[in-house]
Amino acid sequence: MISFQGVSKSFDEGRDFAVRDVSFSVASRAFVALVGDSGSGKTTLLKMINRLIEPDQGTVSVAGESVSAMAGYILRRRIGYVFQGIGLFPHMSVAENIGITPLLLGWPPEQIDARTAELIDLVELPRSYLTRMPSELSGGQRQRVGVARALAARPSIMLMDEPFGALDPVTRDTLGTEYRRLHDAMGLTTVMVTHDVMEAVLLGDRIIVVRQGEVVADGAPQELFNSHPDAGVRALMDMPRRQAERVRKLMQERAARE
Amino acid sequence: MNERFVAAARLLPDYLGQHVLLSAAALTLGFLISLPLVVAASRNARIRWPVLGFASVVQTVPSLALLALFYPLLLAISAGWQELFGHGFSALGFLPSLLALTLYSMLPILRNGVTGLTNVDPAVIEAARGVGMTNRQRLLRIELPLAAPVLMAGVRTAAVWVIGGATLSTPVGQTSLGNYIFSGLQVEDWVSVLFGCVAAVALALTADQLLGLIELGVATRRPRIAWLGLAVLFAGVGAAGVGSWAASGHPAYVVGAKNFAEQYILADIMTDRIRKAGSAATARVDLGSVIAYRALASNGIDAYIDYSGTVWTTIMHRRDSVPRQQMLQQMTAELRKDHGVVLLGALGFENAYALAMRRDRAEELGIHSIADLAQHAPQLRIGGDFEFFARGEWQGLRDRYGLRFREQRQFQPTFLYKAVSSREVDVISAASSDGRIRAYDLVVLEDPLQVIPPYDAIVLLSPARATDPVLRRALGPMVGAIPIDVMRQANYMVDRDTDRISPGQAARWLENEIHLK
Repeated sequence: MISFQGVSKSFDEGRDFAVRDVSFSVASRAFVALVGDSGSGKTTLLKMINRLIEPDQGTVSVAGESVSAMAGYILRRRIGYVFQGIGLFPHMSVAENIGITPLLLGWPPEQIDARTAELIDLVELPRSYLTRMPSELSGGQRQRVGVARALAARPSIMLMDEPFGALDPVTRDTLGTEYRRLHDAMGLTTVMVTHDVMEAVLLGDRIIVVRQGEVVADGAPQELFNSHPDAGVRALMDMPRRQAERVRKLMQERAARE
Repeated sequence: MNERFVAAARLLPDYLGQHVLLSAAALTLGFLISLPLVVAASRNARIRWPVLGFASVVQTVPSLALLALFYPLLLAISAGWQELFGHGFSALGFLPSLLALTLYSMLPILRNGVTGLTNVDPAVIEAARGVGMTNRQRLLRIELPLAAPVLMAGVRTAAVWVIGGATLSTPVGQTSLGNYIFSGLQVEDWVSVLFGCVAAVALALTADQLLGLIELGVATRRPRIAWLGLAVLFAGVGAAGVGSWAASGHPAYVVGAKNFAEQYILADIMTDRIRKAGSAATARVDLGSVIAYRALASNGIDAYIDYSGTVWTTIMHRRDSVPRQQMLQQMTAELRKDHGVVLLGALGFENAYALAMRRDRAEELGIHSIADLAQHAPQLRIGGDFEFFARGEWQGLRDRYGLRFREQRQFQPTFLYKAVSSREVDVISAASSDGRIRAYDLVVLEDPLQVIPPYDAIVLLSPARATDPVLRRALGPMVGAIPIDVMRQANYMVDRDTDRISPGQAARWLENEIHLK
């Protein structure tokens, strides 16, 4: 569905590479988590898929076609994009925000109305919220609208850049789980950038670890848990397991005491 | 008081109408030019600095100077235009005022617009790109609506500046509320000055409130309020247009006048006589001395009264002094040849630059002539009008008599006479036909070296009207018909401190006095 072939990108004319000679592909309906520290190049990789960033070398293709073959804005109307900043349009109502991509695509108004109503149900907000302005919503509600906006034009690909990173942990977990359900129900292909390995493990079918612009590990979570040759990947993947074990141990101790 | 108020109010439709039209045109043009610059400057940091820098520099130029600078510039362009396309355009009045005020309006619009656009939340921009907007859609649907309140605040500031600045367009020949102020200042009609100030302030406040309404509508996203403000604004401009059109119509003839009582009176007589000859005529008063001539030479005005010595020194750049008849002959030939301007004839009186002192002060020092004055000059202070010290006559007097004064000051003509009367200065530059010489009991000093050339009042016609039968029929009889004592008396009636009458009334009195038909 999505493929990278020998892709490189430098923001300072070749002194440092944000992405260096990266190749991988993502199957249809996959849920891929791109994991790495800040500055590792994971966001750059993501934004090259919908051409918010252009590669210096190599080819990024979507559905077998190079993304550089079509205008960026046409490509982006076909791909959902959700990011940490959310970026709801403050001068538009929730309904107008959700319906923007269909509007740009020239859908008839009644079809847009039907679609926004459908989506507000899907992200589990009351329909009365459609007439509200973004400033009247909480952070979690805003990102629900953000997800609905990204899904509006029925994209088959969703790109998510730390989508729930700014939310409180409970909301974050709830939204993550709900999104995963949507992904499965709608048969989406999702690429999600996160620096939180736990989130990657819980949501993703496949984890790609990026460090200094290069892919250092790529596999299903359970594969990466088992003694990966790279020490950094081992340390990274150990953390959720250790945390899970500690939690389990604590729970057992408490249960024994009672 | 009441009478003068009524007289001022009668001029309001024309003055206010033209003021509104000029301001609205300048603001609209400024907005239309600024908007693309705002977009370009907010997208490209490299042009942001030069654009904002240029606008800031324009802003530091005093608005009167900006207006004055556009006049010669347009004159040159008009001349070039004439060369290329065979017909020029008027460099006087509306055009220079419009351009200067347009430039003046741009800074607040540019500055606020760029601030508004560059301060749009980057997350919102990213989302706009992410949902698949083109650059144009992003600008129109997202950035401009979000920047609109800040931009509108800039438009409000610009509107207040432009309406205030437009009062200064009077000296370049554009009728505005400034006419009340400039003319009122000349003839000490404070009712007129106050009337002009209050009208300009009221207009600025009204425009500001209406634009504020639009700003409110835009900021709170209530389009109905914005449309209401816009509708009232348009209605106001439309009414102003109708008002000024009805008030002035399209005059066939335009008579120019400089900025003092004698010129107002003579311009009034000239327009009156053209109307009696069956054609519409209007006067453009308060023109700068050389501006009046340039306007005539480029057919911006059709006729005005100048003074032979002024033309001799400032237009022909002559430093020598020749006998009166010879001067008029040479001038007639040269103006015709160089500019196509026709010297119709002399009115019969002289209004010369002269040096004047209080009678008691002159007697105390035993001064009768400028030669006597030279000996006392290092202890004395001299006052001149704005032009005087820059003119050839002063340079001639200074060099030939060796005049060196302790202090040299400039005054607006009205205050010049008051300054010598109240002993603020000892000597002033005076006009020999000025009624205030008698009113303040001043003596005019003799010029034994005849440095100052003759200053016969002369009727000049524009090249386009060189053989115009209406003008010749209307203005011809004025030649040789106005004696100095009648002119001085008429000037005095307008300039005196009590029982003052309007230039129009003085014009009627003068016409009657010399049996002009």
